[in-house]
Amino acid sequence: MQTPILEMKSITKEFPGVRALDNVTFSVRQGEIHCLVGENGAGKSTLVKVLSGVHPYGTYSGEIFIEGELQTFNSIRESEKAGIAIIYQELALIPELSVYENIFLGNEITDGMVIDSNESISQAVDILKKVGLDVNPLTKIKNLGVGKQQLVEIAKALKKDVKILILDEPTAALNENDSDNLLNLIRGLKEQGVTCILISHKLREVLEIADTITVLRDGRTVVTLDAHKDVVNEPVLIKHMVGRSIDNVYPKREKIQPGKEVLRLENWSAFSYNLGRDILKNININVHEGEIVAIAGLMGSGRTELAKSVFGNADGYRLSGKVFINGVEEKFRDPGDAIKASMAYVTEDRKANGLILIDDVKHNISLANLNEIVTGGVINENEEILVANRYREQLDIRTPSIQQKVRNLSGGNQQKVSLGKWLFVHPDILILDEPTRGIDVGAKYEIYTIMNSLVQQGMSILMISSELPEILGMSDRIYVMSAGKINGEMLVEDATQENIMQLAVDY
Amino acid sequence: MEDSKQSNNIRNQFKNLVDIVKVNISDYFMFFALVIIMIIFTITTDGVFISSRNISNLINQMGYIAVLAVGMTLIIVIRHIELSVGYLAGFLGAFAAIAMTFWGWPVYAVIPVVMILGMLAGMLTATPVARLGVPAFVSTMAAGLIYRGALLLVTMGTGTIVIRDPVFNAIGNGFIPDLPLEGLLPGRHKLTLLIGLIAIILSIVTSIKNRKTKLSYNFSVPRTSLFILQLVLVSGLIGYVSWILSGYNGISWSLVILLLVVIVFQFITTKTPLGRHIYAVGGNPEAAELSGISVSKITYIVFAAMGLLSSLSGIMYASRLRSATTTAGLGFETDAIAAAFVGGVSAAGGVGTIIGSIIGALVMMSLTSGMNLMGIDISIQYIVRGAVLVLAVVFDRITRKDK
Ligand SMILES: Nc1ncnc2c1ncn2[C@@H]1O[C@H](COP(=O)(O)OP(=O)(O)OP(=O)(O)O)[C@@H](O)[C@H]1O
Ligand SMILES: [Mg+2]
Repeated sequence: MQTPILEMKSITKEFPGVRALDNVTFSVRQGEIHCLVGENGAGKSTLVKVLSGVHPYGTYSGEIFIEGELQTFNSIRESEKAGIAIIYQELALIPELSVYENIFLGNEITDGMVIDSNESISQAVDILKKVGLDVNPLTKIKNLGVGKQQLVEIAKALKKDVKILILDEPTAALNENDSDNLLNLIRGLKEQGVTCILISHKLREVLEIADTITVLRDGRTVVTLDAHKDVVNEPVLIKHMVGRSIDNVYPKREKIQPGKEVLRLENWSAFSYNLGRDILKNININVHEGEIVAIAGLMGSGRTELAKSVFGNADGYRLSGKVFINGVEEKFRDPGDAIKASMAYVTEDRKANGLILIDDVKHNISLANLNEIVTGGVINENEEILVANRYREQLDIRTPSIQQKVRNLSGGNQQKVSLGKWLFVHPDILILDEPTRGIDVGAKYEIYTIMNSLVQQGMSILMISSELPEILGMSDRIYVMSAGKINGEMLVEDATQENIMQLAVDY
Repeated sequence: MEDSKQSNNIRNQFKNLVDIVKVNISDYFMFFALVIIMIIFTITTDGVFISSRNISNLINQMGYIAVLAVGMTLIIVIRHIELSVGYLAGFLGAFAAIAMTFWGWPVYAVIPVVMILGMLAGMLTATPVARLGVPAFVSTMAAGLIYRGALLLVTMGTGTIVIRDPVFNAIGNGFIPDLPLEGLLPGRHKLTLLIGLIAIILSIVTSIKNRKTKLSYNFSVPRTSLFILQLVLVSGLIGYVSWILSGYNGISWSLVILLLVVIVFQFITTKTPLGRHIYAVGGNPEAAELSGISVSKITYIVFAAMGLLSSLSGIMYASRLRSATTTAGLGFETDAIAAAFVGGVSAAGGVGTIIGSIIGALVMMSLTSGMNLMGIDISIQYIVRGAVLVLAVVFDRITRKDK
């Protein structure tokens, strides 16, 4: 038998209060696509960070062999030299720099002292061709969509000779089309002999692309499956991941007759001073009590902008049109007003504008509704602990304690903190922007169950999502947005992936 | 069997303790550093440093910088900087002097008016920052130039303005009265000791009350032995400081003001929604805004508080010198910023405590005082203080880096 290209033996990694990896053994064959799956906080990101030198040699125990040789990486640079490239869960591009500048960031091609931009650009063109991205290398990153940015990340990783390419949830923020492109690219790289390790919560794509699948749970290796020999399907994977089976990821909800109208937008338009153009055009939508209304659409179709403009307009667009809450016209001056009118908005980007990463779990959960735990002008910290523990339990937030800094939680658990924070506001109208991005199947199921029970108690949910199965599985009614307009509306009974996509791409 | 279980248990507890210390090392480090600096100076000055007289002096000299450091902490926590505070303090001190000496205003009117002016000045500086996103660096530097000009303008005719009001001058030089108990504890300031005793009792009572509340919520609390150790340490500290102060003239009015400022700001920042909002804005302004916190409102409030504290600083300084001078306030902002950073604030925002900055101010002032006593030349003093500042910040970065 051939020596594996990568072998990690008995890896144990501890953080204060958490054993993130417990004696993990992980072996990857030359030239395969090896998928790593597991619940939020199972240790997937930590494992690849150990491999890439983010957690340097000596901060973990165990051994790493590449092509049979023991490795002791002290930094990312050293692992790069050994042919390992990693693309992190969070994009790490500089928005104000151009595509080619980003690709060579930290490894600039120089002619003497100065950067040789001609050479850089011509090499960038070659690399971009390799990843199938057709953009001008002088374009600034901020002018590209997320899907293309992701490809630039990969181009950046591929500029050197890469033996092992690691991708941590690369498709979490991508729509189906961009995801498919990316998966094809990975297949292409495999043809060229690059070994890939892919972390993903999207089991469908894992099953589509993997040669081998390793499941982690609570920091331990549960099983390694050969996708071509063993019986692998979603139920099997889910069972290994969460330790029990989930029959239907989208729990059934008894459909009730929607109640009175709670939210209505009339001719809602928004002009962005930054972009110098209209980003929302004459939008008319409504939401009823006890209803889950979904907004489908492509990345950049204006869904998040719609949510933010209604929720107190923090970005300062010039607005026109009317908002009615429970039939009464409202003019929100800031998000505080919207919260007072019983709205809540769980943001799409929890790191940028959802959470205070340097603060702990309990402070994040209480932040938007401190009034509820204030007695005589003073925050009752004991009540705060109770509240935080309540949401920790209800949402199954995996953290050693509610005193843990949110920054130290795994991506999915951060998302749950964000959700807990807004549930604590006890809203009547809950806007969820990509509520399950980066969340594992088990937790997804829990969040869907919570959504169901919330609407059954009379709450209304407006859900923005790029995952069509989620929209079809959870919503009652669907609006499809495209280029800042509502392109269509349908009941879920009449919706299919195809007719939604048709409306979404039709300008 | 039982035995090994127990020893395991103890080992685990010890490991937890080590973990806690590791995590919080940067929080306590400066306190230990302060103690060590004080011990070193006490040795090198044959005990003069820790004498009642010197400590009392040190606190009075520190007062007007320490109140600025409190405000500066909050300014830096919300990711800004305030460069005008020194000149503002100088100008407001001169204003107070003119109002009393030339206009004949009573001191009880002058002080509140000056404090209100300080607040307004802070809000004025904040306006371009909060409304238009002008960098505070620019806005406050410009304001500093203007105040400096204004100070020169009002002191132009007279030069130094002497203040004769005894009440005003007591702020920077006077001490609280003593109890009329001649026979008891001669050479000691009895009221200071009494206040120390009351403070100890209060701290013990509130600690026990907090512990009881926590228990009634079924939360885990530190073990009884640890808890008692903590009480003993805190009581000992308060007792020791009161004892030293009672050996000279007792608690000074400067210290009274400083303590009030610290108590009020510590309370606001740690116990109230306003405090939480300030740290949230510093930690992530966008997330704070979307949580219904008005970032511009918080900016106004913090700058207004800074202005108020600048006015206090100006009053304390003018009072201490018994006059307003053309150079009053020069360089105060640098000292305040240094104290805040030594005390552990982070320029990235969202991190920094009031108590930390007071310890930072104490460290810087101890260095000055100790080196003065040792007769070290001012040139070397600057170098040492610069080195300590950079070392403190470097250490803070290293211990906080938890990746
Ligand atoms: N720097 C850190 N400090 C403390 N704890 C950490 C740190 N990084 C990770 N952890 C903890 O280690 C565990 C594993 O986290 P990791 O990020 O590897 O999970 P994951 O499998 O990638 O999850 P997700 O699917 O949510 O991204 C979690 O409990 C997390 O809270
Ligand atoms: Mg992860």
